[in-house]
Amino acid sequence: MKKVKVIKIDADKCNGCRACEAICSAFHAAPKYSSTNPERSKIRVLFDPLKDIYIPVMAGEYTEAECNGRDIYTIDGKEYDECSFCRASCPSRNLFKDPDSGLPLKCDMCEEEPPLEEPMCVQWCLSDALTYEEREEEGEEEEKPGEMEIGLESLVKKHGMKKVLDTVAQMANKS
Amino acid sequence: MRYAETGFNLEIDLSRGNIEKEQTDPRLTELHLGGLGTNAKILWDRVPPEVEPFSPDNLLIFSTGLLCGTPAVGANRTIVSTVSPQTLLMGYSMMGGFWAPELKFAGYDKVILRGKSPKLVYLWINNDKVEIRDASHLQGKGAVETTELIKRELKEPKAQVAAIGLAGENRVYMASIEQGRSSASRLGIGAVMGDKRLKAIAVRGTKDINLARPAEFIELCNEVLQYIKAREEHPVPGVMPILAGLGSPQEMRIVDEEWHTTNFMWGNARTRRRDFWNQEVEEKWREIQENVRTRLISCYNCPMKCGAIISVPGISTYMMKCFSKLTYTMAAYSDLDFGFKIAQRATEYGVDGFSTPQVMAFALELYEAGILTDKDMPGIPSDNEGRFYWLLDRIVRREGIGDVLANGTYWAAKKIGKGAEEYAHNNIKKHEQLPLKLGMLNPVYFLMYCTGEKANITQIEGQFPQSPFPTMEEREEFVKDWIQVPDEKFKQYLLKWELRGEYGNPHYPDVQASCYIVDWQEKMHYIDDALGICAGLSSFPLKPPYHIHNYPTIISAATGMDIDEAGLTEITKRNRNLLRAFNVRRGLRRADEKPPEDHWKKRYPELEEELLDAYYQFKGWNNQGIPTKETLDGLGLDYVRGDFEQRGIYNGGKKKRPGTKQASQKSKKAKAEN
Repeated sequence: MKKVKVIKIDADKCNGCRACEAICSAFHAAPKYSSTNPERSKIRVLFDPLKDIYIPVMAGEYTEAECNGRDIYTIDGKEYDECSFCRASCPSRNLFKDPDSGLPLKCDMCEEEPPLEEPMCVQWCLSDALTYEEREEEGEEEEKPGEMEIGLESLVKKHGMKKVLDTVAQMANKS
Repeated sequence: MRYAETGFNLEIDLSRGNIEKEQTDPRLTELHLGGLGTNAKILWDRVPPEVEPFSPDNLLIFSTGLLCGTPAVGANRTIVSTVSPQTLLMGYSMMGGFWAPELKFAGYDKVILRGKSPKLVYLWINNDKVEIRDASHLQGKGAVETTELIKRELKEPKAQVAAIGLAGENRVYMASIEQGRSSASRLGIGAVMGDKRLKAIAVRGTKDINLARPAEFIELCNEVLQYIKAREEHPVPGVMPILAGLGSPQEMRIVDEEWHTTNFMWGNARTRRRDFWNQEVEEKWREIQENVRTRLISCYNCPMKCGAIISVPGISTYMMKCFSKLTYTMAAYSDLDFGFKIAQRATEYGVDGFSTPQVMAFALELYEAGILTDKDMPGIPSDNEGRFYWLLDRIVRREGIGDVLANGTYWAAKKIGKGAEEYAHNNIKKHEQLPLKLGMLNPVYFLMYCTGEKANITQIEGQFPQSPFPTMEEREEFVKDWIQVPDEKFKQYLLKWELRGEYGNPHYPDVQASCYIVDWQEKMHYIDDALGICAGLSSFPLKPPYHIHNYPTIISAATGMDIDEAGLTEITKRNRNLLRAFNVRRGLRRADEKPPEDHWKKRYPELEEELLDAYYQFKGWNNQGIPTKETLDGLGLDYVRGDFEQRGIYNGGKKKRPGTKQASQKSKKAKAEN
């Protein structure tokens, strides 16, 4: 059995305070909590108050290609761009990319040792728009790639393995 | 490295179109923290008393608070400071929302504007890229509309925009600066922005804000959050709903308005309707509010829900907060439904929801009294609600009588004459106040009303209950977990405080106790305004999560400065005295420090004098309310003392009254002749 960590998002309860963004970026800073910057957050609240659109989205997988065409969803009379619900860090938008390096960001559910009771965004969401649960599913636990691996992978995809290795070697020589 | 702050201000000269990024002196943070404190310092240094509100030499400062951009809960306030056209003193109005943190993330603590742009412009701050852009296509556009248009043309939905509407463009003294769900409304700062021909400031930032001692700081933030959770689950018993919980207050969430509607005055702060609230009204108003309220919303990093998205069928969606749902309703003797409708138009125009309805009710009183006639009000509709819309449209355009009313009740009454002054009865320091008229003098409130320079009671009061609890059991229950008091004597004041008799108002809290209580209340506001923490989580509600005992550790962990309670108190005193000094230099004296004559029915002139004498002394001020040489020197403000001496202020130096109508007309004429 494998444990699946679930953040349940009740968008109706979101008040758009973005505390989740603040604490996520602080938690993942190095050293931990040393800086805050919502642009580095792995959760963003996509909101458009005048249209009453409030959607917290967790950063998911990096993808190198953008979608072919775009869809528009209408739910309860409100029009959503399909990207509103999309977790991907992708070339079509400026979301879930580190503002300095441009490297993709991905939610890691605040995994660390000893494990937190709940991811930080859930802990700081007093509106209960974000709640946390764990459930068991058939299947094997898989090895999850670390943050650096995700970043490097995207660079390799973009520039090729050789270019990345050469650059790293050059940097190593310089320092 | 600088912690909590960025260490940079933007200096913008709108006359020349010049933009500079300037590093700030870290010593100023140690002396004043930031926000209102450093704003006061800049205004003192750079705006001499001769400068009129609508002079290019007047500064308009948009400041973040010291903790904005850190994870400190509720640290989101923008503190806007300038010389107010209404009071001719320092105007410092504040707003929540998202603007201040965004400015921090863009890499700046303040935007300091001087000069006057030759044409209407807006400022676009995108990290290191700062530009002054043409805004001629935005002329006359609503504040909310402007925000949307700017975000669209910049293709930057995440930009935060602070904008003025038509009222600001036309230098209406009640003009606000609107920013999504928030606004800086009081004291006419929107008029100064309009005078500088600045339609909006859009900001986008993607940089880090650093903390000196991160682990310790987050621990303190977590404690604050846990306290908020517990506090919301345990409302204070025995007080009206809006004071039972936290928030600024959470007026959009709360439907029970018995307290406001039966205690505040209707019309031009005239009529108390003690029997207004009943079950029928409650049900009707609940339905109205819940029907138009699409969602409750918060400011940056705050779990309170003080604001709401309001969608009234047939008119544009807007955002509202706090008490403005009732100010228009009550001024017009109307219904909540009307309040939600007219507030939409007022928000687009960008006007103060406190003063504006009173100005309109004042005009209608003058009309009924025959002081204003059909000649002044040609074509005015016959129904009350229609009249309010009619007046609002004319005030923001300065059309006809609207041009006179646009200067607020104090200046309008002077201009109109014919006894109109009697009708401008609810002002302090020339500025409209909450429509409250009460019975027995409350010594604590007397002092706050007299001496507060924000000219807004909600930005001075807080922490200490507004009235005594009837029974000893209730009092004992209240003080049991009252950890926020600076020391134990405050609990004794409350325990002893009775509804009437020897230990009731006006003689209790006694003179000394009143001084201590007011000083504590004011101190907490001054700390909040320097840090950018919302009063709704600190100085305003009962038993808030932030207080004098945890603030020093929070500030120390964020900034790396080691500040204790005594140190924080000293900084607050310094900021308080600097602000007062700025106003003293502009002519503020004891004679200006009085509540409206009719604020209380029962007045006690001798006691009032005694209270003011004692409070001035307590603050280290002389009997004119001027900080003494010793006070100033003790706070390292010897440069202020020197200036006072040079100007002869201690020798009853002639009061300067710059910016009066005549003076400004004269100076305009002089300029034209030159």
